[in-house]
Parts: sequence; C-alpha cells; structure tokens
Amino acid sequence: MTAMGDLKRRRIDELAARAGQVPEGEGGLSLTRSAFRRLRRNPVAITGAVIVVVFLLVAAFAPLLAPKDPLTQYLLSEIRPGSIPGSREGFPLGVDNLGRDLLSRLIVGSRQSLLIGVVSTLLGAAVGMALGVLAGAFGGWVDSVVMRFVDILLSLPSLLMAISISVLLGQNQWALMIAIAVTQVPVFARLLRGSMLAQRGSDYALAARALGIRRSRIVFGHVLPNSLSPVIVQATLSLATAIIEAAALSFLGLGDPDLARPEWGAMLSNAQAFLSIRPELAIYPALCIIVVALGFTLLGESLREALDPKFRR
Amino acid sequence: MTIESLPAGEAGTVGASVLDVEELTVTFTRRGEQPTRAVDGVSFSVGPGETVGLVGESGCGKSVTSLAVMGLLPSRGVQVGGSVRLDGRELLGAGDRALRRLRGADMAMVFQDPLSSLNPTVPIGTQVTEVLLEHRDMSRKEAGDEATRLLDRVGIPDPSRRLKEYPHQLSGGMRQRALIAMALACAPRLLIADEPTTALDVTIQAQILELLRELVVDSGTALVMITHDLGVVAGLCDRVHVMYSGRIIESADRHELFAQPRHPYTGGLLASVPRLDAARGAPLHPIRGSARDAIPWAEGCAFAPRCDNAQDDCLTEVAGSTVPLEYDGPGRELRCRHPLQHPRSPAGATASGAAR
Repeated sequence: MTAMGDLKRRRIDELAARAGQVPEGEGGLSLTRSAFRRLRRNPVAITGAVIVVVFLLVAAFAPLLAPKDPLTQYLLSEIRPGSIPGSREGFPLGVDNLGRDLLSRLIVGSRQSLLIGVVSTLLGAAVGMALGVLAGAFGGWVDSVVMRFVDILLSLPSLLMAISISVLLGQNQWALMIAIAVTQVPVFARLLRGSMLAQRGSDYALAARALGIRRSRIVFGHVLPNSLSPVIVQATLSLATAIIEAAALSFLGLGDPDLARPEWGAMLSNAQAFLSIRPELAIYPALCIIVVALGFTLLGESLREALDPKFRR
Repeated sequence: MTIESLPAGEAGTVGASVLDVEELTVTFTRRGEQPTRAVDGVSFSVGPGETVGLVGESGCGKSVTSLAVMGLLPSRGVQVGGSVRLDGRELLGAGDRALRRLRGADMAMVFQDPLSSLNPTVPIGTQVTEVLLEHRDMSRKEAGDEATRLLDRVGIPDPSRRLKEYPHQLSGGMRQRALIAMALACAPRLLIADEPTTALDVTIQAQILELLRELVVDSGTALVMITHDLGVVAGLCDRVHVMYSGRIIESADRHELFAQPRHPYTGGLLASVPRLDAARGAPLHPIRGSARDAIPWAEGCAFAPRCDNAQDDCLTEVAGSTVPLEYDGPGRELRCRHPLQHPRSPAGATASGAAR
C-alpha cells in the first residue's frame, strides 16, 4: 500500500516539477537532488540514516557521553576467576574482566571502529576508482593490465589478504586500515570500469564526440559522473564490510596494539575467554557491530534504489 | 515553389559543394565471420543551403554513412574507403585531432533520441557552453551569454532559466531544440540530422523540421537529412537519395521523386504511406518481405527478391557490373533494369516537373 502511495506521490511531484510549480531554487533539479528526495520518503533509508547518524554522533561526542573513563579499573575487589560483576548502579552494562566500564568502552570504541571503516573504505574507493578510471577511460591494453591485476587481488580471499598485509606492515592501526582498504580496491575498480564502459557507448558520449569535445573532457565531464552512482552505493555497503572486517582482524589479534584505544573487535576477541561467565561482554560489542553494519547496508540499498534510473519513473 | 532545371547536386561542382562523398564504402569485419559491407560505393554531394535526404528502411546504411562522414565509426573492425571531402578537405584518413577540431565547429550532427543524447547529470547550459569553449576562443561568461542567445534562437522560451535545468526537466521537443542549438553553436558548414524527429510526436516534428529549414536557409548550412519518413523528405529536402542495402538506388529532386518514382523500391515506399484521399478501409500496400531478404549486390539487384518487377536479368551480370547506377534523365540517377513506367516519357516527366 505504501509503495503504491509512494509511486503516486512521486508521479505527482514529477508532474508538478514539470509544471514549474515546485520552487526549484537556482539551478534546476539535479538527479542527485531528486534522488535525495526519494530517499527522504523511503522508511528503510530513514532507518538506516538514523542508525548511521546516531553512531556517528556517539563517536563524535564519545568523551562527553561516556559515563566513566574507559581505561580506569573499577570493582577490582569483586573480580575473581569465574565471576565478573554484571550490571549495577553506575555500571549499566557491567564491567569487563579488568574492571573497566563496558558501556564507556563501547561508546569510546565506536570512534575507532567507525574511523577504521571510513578511512579504509575511502582509501580503498580512491585507489579502486583510480584504477577503474584508468581501465575504463583508456581501454585496450591498459584495461587488460589493470583488470588482470584486479583479478589477482580479487582471487585471494579478502580476509586472508588482509591478514597477510597487516602481518607484513606490522601491527598498528594504519596497517589495519591499509589491509582492509586493499581488500576493497578490486570491487571499486571493477564496478567503476564496468559502468564507465557501459556509459562510454552511450548516446550522449557519441553526441559529445560528434561535437568535437576532447576525450579527457568526455571521460571526466560526461562518462565519470554518470558512472558514479553504483560506486556511491558500493561505498556505503563497503563501510559495513570494512567495520566487520576490522572487527574480525582485531578479533584475530591483528588489530591495534594500543590498549588505550578500545575497539569493538578487540573487545569481542577479549571476551571470548569469558564467554561462559559473562556472555554480555561479547554480545554488546557484537550487537554494536551488527547494528552499525545494518545501518550502512540499509542506507546503501535504498541509495541504490534511489539512484537507479529503473526506479525513477 | 519552383525547381531549377538543373538540380544543385549536379550544378554544384567540386569546390562549390560543402560535402562531397565519393564511392564511400564501409566494411565491418569480425573475426571468424564474413565481412559485412554496410555502405557500398555511395556518392553524393551537398551544396551550401541545400538539404539532401538519405532515405531508406532500417539497416540500409543511412546512419553508417553519416557516422563515416563524421569519422565517428570505431577504428577497430571497420574499414572505410572512398573519399569524403568537406569544403574540399579530405576527411578520410585525417588524424583524430584534426577531425575532433572539425567536429562541432565545421560539421555537426543531431541524433535521433534527444533524451539519451544529452548527459543526464549535467545542466543544459554546461553542455552548450562546453561546445563553445572547445571550439571558440571565449571566456566562460561570453560562452554563457552566447548559450542564452543560441537557445533563444532555436525557440526555447526563457533560455536563461532553461540553461540551469537538467535534460529530464525539458520536454522532448525542447531537448531536441537544445541539441540543435549545440550542433549549431559554432555555425557549422555541414549539419547531419540522423532521424531528428523520430522520437518526437507529430506536431513537435513539424516544428523541429521548420526550425531546421529556417536555420539552414538563414546560415547557408548544408543539411544532410537521414530519415525513413517520406513526409519529412517531402517537407524539407531539395534532393533525395534512396538507399537500399548499402547503395544508392535512386537519386532525384524531391518533386520528381514523388511525382514519378522510377525504382520499384521507391514506388513501394510511396505506395505504403497512408493517404488521406484514399477510400476508407482501402488496404495499405506494404513492400513484401523485409530488408533482411536482400541479396548481395554482387549477385544482382539486392531488391530483386522483394520486387514485383523483377525479371531474370536482374540477377545476371551485364558488362562487368550487376546493376549499375545510371543516368536516368536530367538530375536523376537510377539503379534498376526494369523501372516503373509512367504514362509520359522520362523527358516529359522532367519537363512537367520543371514547369510546375
């Protein structure tokens, strides 16, 4: 029912826009802006966006939000083998095996997890897109060489590759980000190349050639902007993967060795020894990872819908 | 309207004409397959201010001809032969850079589908100014002003607002106008319009054709009109070349072609157009078969399998050639051994055409 209502409303909006009755501000209604409009009406997108924004806000204001210092040890007298204090006054989620407040650690840990996700995705997307543009714009042997390289990257299991890279680069958070970024590169490269190839054969690219526009201008001014929407979608989805992968690497002990920075994956890893005594120690960080990944995925999927021309009419 | 006794195509000798196409051949080769000859020895010329129509069914080589003239065919798997001269300059074999400078400046093209020929992510204005900045020595501001003027000239109301809008916000007719504005931005000598009205509804079609006619007359641009629509030909073209299976099979001035089609194919095309003065319920007369039934020209007349006039000698070789394109009265050429006969002799036909 809502889908029908949405469809109708969309149609009416379109008509109104054509009649010039919708105030358009300056510069017409670009595809990006109309996509954004559709996004705003999609409950799934709103859910995803709310989740993402809440987590981003928490990460941004973590020091203010955290009720306790995430590194100070409390209740040490009550911690003994086989018993870790649970939820109580002042410690809503209890403490970990070293007596540190779990809630504060989760809040502060969001910074590290999101940072790794965002930075590694940006890095991966940048490199991947550079390769994709190279292959998509030049074609021919450049395309073949770049794509074979990407195929090699793609043929290795991503976690395995991330592990070897972070072992190679040593244990620090930058190594972790680079390792995850490398695993993201082939997806972006292939995606952008594919969509650029499709756009290169498009009528407007031919029309631009018929008007004598130079090739660099056609590639960067016409083909690239039209090829970006799948990449934007993929970037959103990749953020979720990156966060999960960061957690996985931390879990395997390849994460940030700096204990002063709590991180969800490391917390999860740490909790496995106490799974039978206090499962909450694993459940809460895992829940955070799942929810934030879900938020990015929901947002990404609805972004795909909004940007896809097939859904437009 | 009067027609001069000598059509411009004949009168316009080398030097006077804007575009000279001679023996143009385009062959597509694919690995492991027989090469396909899409255009096979096409020759025509267009003078300044003249409109020449290339007419034919889908797949007869019209669009490939136009792409070959513009140098827009891919370099791999395509062989282009013959000669294409723009103002006497040979285009075939010219470098990519030289061709790019010519395209948009001296020759331009308008495509069939105005929506897909515009970049959906870029405002109209940017796309128009882009052409100006590429070929003319202009500042951004001058280009912007010129773009406004151009849109105004092609009849887009409120041009400065439209410049900021995106293609999907414009109507089909307006999009085609914008494309024409882009094509005419640098006052090209030659404009090729590849079925410019096919994607538009009939009233808009008429407006666009009228616009093209005005612009051509005003600026002396040579116009090549590629179409399958005989209505467009009747309304716009001075001279018409009917193409079939990659070759020109009949060339004539518009009036003569419509009055006295000589090639059975042309006759068939004309007969298959619905007429207002025909009796209600009278059946249309389509040409039987489809363009896929064509046989290679080397084996005879490609149209023979679909032709009602076909006889045995249509499929044999006489004097080293199967069916040649031959002189058929003043200003007319014909590739047929058994043309349609009209009550009067060909000479009389031309006289009546000229007297009109």
